[in-house]
Amino acid sequence: MTTLSLAKAINAGLRKSLTTDDRVMLMGEDVGALGGVFRVTDQLQAEFGRERVFDTPLAESGIIGTAIGLAMRGYRPVCEIQFDGFIYPAFDQIVSQLAKIHSRTDGAVTVPLTIRVPYGGGIGAVEHHSESPEAYFAHTAGLRVVSCSSADDAYGMIQQAIASDDPVLFFEPKRRYWDKQDVDLDGTPTLGLYDARVVTEGTDLTIVAYGPMVSTAVAAASEAASEGTSVEVIDLRSLSPIDFGTIEASVAKTGRLVVVHEAPVFLGLGAEIAARISERCFWMLESPVIRVGGYSTPYPPSKVEQYYLPDIDRVLDAIDRSLAVR
Amino acid sequence: MSIASIEITGHAEEVALLPAAGGELLPHPVFSAFVADIGDTELVQMYTDLVVVRRIDAEATALQRQGELALWAPMLGQEAAQVGSARALRAKDFVFASYREHAVAYLRGVDPTMILRFWRGSTHSGWNPYEVNMTTPAIVVGSQMLQAVGYGMGIRRDHSDDIAITYFGDGATSQGDFSEALGFAASFNAPVVFFCQNNQFAISAPVGVQTTVPIVQRAAGFGIEGVQVDGNDVLAVLAVTRYAAERARNGDGPTFIEAVTYRMGPHTTSDDPTRYRDAEELARWKERDPIDRLLRTLEHRGLATPEMLAATEAKAADVAASVRTGCLETVEPAPESIFENVYAEPHSLLEEERAEFVAYHAIPDTKAAGR
Repeated sequence: MTTLSLAKAINAGLRKSLTTDDRVMLMGEDVGALGGVFRVTDQLQAEFGRERVFDTPLAESGIIGTAIGLAMRGYRPVCEIQFDGFIYPAFDQIVSQLAKIHSRTDGAVTVPLTIRVPYGGGIGAVEHHSESPEAYFAHTAGLRVVSCSSADDAYGMIQQAIASDDPVLFFEPKRRYWDKQDVDLDGTPTLGLYDARVVTEGTDLTIVAYGPMVSTAVAAASEAASEGTSVEVIDLRSLSPIDFGTIEASVAKTGRLVVVHEAPVFLGLGAEIAARISERCFWMLESPVIRVGGYSTPYPPSKVEQYYLPDIDRVLDAIDRSLAVR
Repeated sequence: MSIASIEITGHAEEVALLPAAGGELLPHPVFSAFVADIGDTELVQMYTDLVVVRRIDAEATALQRQGELALWAPMLGQEAAQVGSARALRAKDFVFASYREHAVAYLRGVDPTMILRFWRGSTHSGWNPYEVNMTTPAIVVGSQMLQAVGYGMGIRRDHSDDIAITYFGDGATSQGDFSEALGFAASFNAPVVFFCQNNQFAISAPVGVQTTVPIVQRAAGFGIEGVQVDGNDVLAVLAVTRYAAERARNGDGPTFIEAVTYRMGPHTTSDDPTRYRDAEELARWKERDPIDRLLRTLEHRGLATPEMLAATEAKAADVAASVRTGCLETVEPAPESIFENVYAEPHSLLEEERAEFVAYHAIPDTKAAGR
């Protein structure tokens, strides 16, 4: 076991993929000598050379568009979009090109592209550096969307994403980049990339969270336990497809569900999960599914972002509201 | 606003090799050498190409009018730009096309019937891109250019002498992806030929709406060599495309070609060009028809024999008949096929939806049964 931050764990995963498959290449803004603005690609250009780890012009559509071409030539590009709010210039190349090429060509062309996106708030950043755009992509057929929440899991997940023959958007919770954990660098993942994971077992209520909100949910569960409420926390991990089986099994046990994410509640992942669980677990539910997330506002200036972001208290409030329905 | 009134058309520096009159080719200090091997046989072959692809185009337009195609984007007038450039390529080169490159697809070896099936609404593609090394139609204007550059970056890493070529129109030059593609191609010295068919219109908007300078001048700002060619001169287009391809193969990076041509038909069969251009302009360009242009040279060389013309006509008629038959015999996709190939690997949500879809459609139609 090696103790690594989340950023270092992803770095180690990228190194492993670069080592085991010489078709893998890393590309993006400042991923070379600088090692990325969050140092996730630190030292990789020095180790693997400029042919395989390289800086691109500052143009997100260009990054994804050229990566598609590289993939068509047989490479497996891993693109970094520097910040969540910078992904929109690449929207057409992602949702109209990347997502559709396999289907458009009746399966003749596969596009094994991984797009890494540091996302979410809580780091005191300026505008466009704190957003959660995952729902736009989860809504698009042909894409797979995943989000890691911890170092030990991220190490395997990034390798699985790169190995996938489908395009994968890999959302990295940037405010957790510095959180450390023991990582087994020689281990192989025990879960599939699209499986949800029960992080904390419980019997009274289920929380589904992903990315940066998993540790918030776990902390809230711990608080609730001190008040005698047993909360089960599920790390969704994959946002498209969603592992509903794991959620259903938990709700069958607890009868109550709270979904937590940073993205706006309106038409967010929580809306889809609430709808599906209402359809599938209607007679098992003790109370309506409750969603906790961002508001229908632009992401606010960082001095007030703590009022926008779900925190332990807002999750506990949701738990109380759910339990109040009897 | 008066930008639409600026006319950006032919220029003195436009490369031309086929004479407007007489049989002798026009000499060019650079480009004549690139078609020195083109003799009578090759000229006749290109003439046949032009006639055949125009006939495919006409047949497709007719099939649309008869309700067999949902839409068609005619290439009438642009045949020389497409045939000349496509004839400059090797089989292993890769074409990233827009949606009007029917002649290019035909010369890459695509069964023309498969081109039509896209426009019929029977498929989103029509062929396997790897079988002919050409992408299927890109509808979002300019999107294919970046992909060509990325493919070219891959070629360079493979130390191969393949090249990528991307086709686009004058309208695409206004897209952000156009500028990004040129920027990336220059930065990575990618072996890419940018082939712009300036057909003077983006649907109804004349080229002056897109640019106030000749399109070819855009390349210089990116450090890319630009060549403007008479797009209705099949021989000149062949020469400049061979030149650009050779530069790419030699590691000299991207070249930008502006083929100045004219879309003599509508943007698509849904368009009505009489609303935005006058008959005189069209008449002027009809005098520069790419097929007539080559035919005059063939006549002066004594190649336009009745036998040759009849053989060409017969071939065009054969291809057209086969296209028509193929179109009418299209087997439409099975309903369940909409779930196929969305992903390369199994996807749980999709499998659930497919199972529901199949179960739903397995239920007998109760309305038909008089419920």
